[in-house]
Amino acid sequence: MEINWFPLWLSLRVALLATAFSLAVGVWIAYLLANRQFRGKELVDAAVTLPLVLPPTVLGYYLLVLLSRESMLGRLFESLTGGPLVFTWKAAVLAAMVHSTPLLVKLVRAALETVDRTYEKAARNLGASEWRVFWRVSLPLARRPVFAAAVLAFARSLGDFGITIMLAGNIPNRTQTVSVAIYDAVEAGNETTALVLVLAISAIALASVYVANRWNEGKALR
Amino acid sequence: MMEARIAKRFAAGPESAAFDLEVHLCVEPGITVLFGPSGSGKTLTLECIAGFATPEKGRILVDDRIVFDAEARVDLPPRERPCGYVFQSNSLFPHKTLRANLEFAVAGLPRIEGARRVGEMLERFQLSEMAGRRPHELSGGQRQRGSIARALLREPRALLLDEPAQGLDAPLREEFYAVLREIRGSLQLPILLVTHALDECFELAGHMVVIHNGRLIQKGTPLSVYRQPSSSEVAALLGDYCLASAEIAFLDPQNKSSVLRLFGAEIPGPYFAGHFKGDRVRLCLQPSDLRLSLRGGERALPGHIPLTLARVVERPRTVRLHFAEGLAGDMSAAEFAALPQSKLWQAEIAPNALRALS
Repeated sequence: MEINWFPLWLSLRVALLATAFSLAVGVWIAYLLANRQFRGKELVDAAVTLPLVLPPTVLGYYLLVLLSRESMLGRLFESLTGGPLVFTWKAAVLAAMVHSTPLLVKLVRAALETVDRTYEKAARNLGASEWRVFWRVSLPLARRPVFAAAVLAFARSLGDFGITIMLAGNIPNRTQTVSVAIYDAVEAGNETTALVLVLAISAIALASVYVANRWNEGKALR
Repeated sequence: MMEARIAKRFAAGPESAAFDLEVHLCVEPGITVLFGPSGSGKTLTLECIAGFATPEKGRILVDDRIVFDAEARVDLPPRERPCGYVFQSNSLFPHKTLRANLEFAVAGLPRIEGARRVGEMLERFQLSEMAGRRPHELSGGQRQRGSIARALLREPRALLLDEPAQGLDAPLREEFYAVLREIRGSLQLPILLVTHALDECFELAGHMVVIHNGRLIQKGTPLSVYRQPSSSEVAALLGDYCLASAEIAFLDPQNKSSVLRLFGAEIPGPYFAGHFKGDRVRLCLQPSDLRLSLRGGERALPGHIPLTLARVVERPRTVRLHFAEGLAGDMSAAEFAALPQSKLWQAEIAPNALRALS
């Protein structure tokens, strides 16, 4: 029986892009939470944690309302890119990103907080701006746990189901990611397809966790 | 010239007592030692000057430039304060080579100019050969020299050193003192050195400030502070001191002398201005002040205080005798070995060595 590999490739591509976007947004939020005291810090922290505890379908519903073709943001996206966001593979990227960013923020924040403050003080004393302190000192020193966090975020983006199905739908060969495809296959009685995809995704997840742990342990930060 | 008047208050927390820092210090070019026990506010003072901590009140001037003024709301960020800082722990960036560490400090300069200065600084601190190494591949002394070199590259107007010799063993410490003396000689910089090691004060400092519980309690040259501690706290910090309480048995203003009653014996003492007969004074004695000898019987010779030996500590060339009365005295090891063993001792103390603490 022919197995359709499209969902797996789509998922990998989506997860990779989502991880990249997550890093861009998450590292910045993690930096603010780890280093700055500002009004509403608790609120930002709560907002970032929320996706971890809300049912994915609820998140998906919010995003759908927020980004639908009739909404302001949806229309803005369409005018900028010339196509709709919802029910495309781009929506799957957004879904995966919402799914993985909270984990990334938590882990990167913890990673940044392990950096010995003495190095940051020394850098400031040597005339470095906060920007330079972060890019040249804090982040390089935390690079191992940050990389580990990115790998785990990648594994997590691979597995989103709820938000994806609400926001990107289940269009075979268009927006059907691997977790949706597994559900589809089981529903349709395609046991072999389901099993193969399940094994493939398990192997990738296992490898990711292994790599992340290796990087996290590593030798003392050098 | 650097001047700091700082007040900072910490309320008591669940796991910490309240702490109150209130200091006013002036640091002239040369090395000033800020001496005090752990938790006395030494590092906090440096952090306030460097801008890592913000005082509630006060004013900080570095090279006659105001870097902090609570009333005028001036509070320059650390990167704009012209003071170099050498941290207690090694603060060379562990992910960069020594050269890259130094280059970090000259980032604002044109590339060629920066490289030239880094090269010169490496040369000056004999670090050129290991410039390509990471900090963990350097020795403790090289790391600390590297930290100083990096701090000097910014051409600071003052230098703050937080126990820089800690963790270095004796020979490396000597080497490091030599580096500091060289800097003191070649740059007209005010250098504030935090330490709780007394020998560091004598080795390096022209001036010494004693801090205790967030307050400056004595200033002066290291020798003058050592010779005449202003209070029992300072004496305790300096170590090596024994305190004893004595009664003034007789005061003679004409001959500028007195008689003190100490451990049941009467000994000649200096004149104690502002005291009366019958007053008790706290004496501050160093082991070297006691001239020890054995006593024949229960009674000591006139002018000697009777002592009972409790414990002997052997040192390379001397022995230190600790007495049940709470005093200690030193004696050459050979001399001690020649004497018969006895618990009964006596000591003579030169009147001018009898210093009273307030």
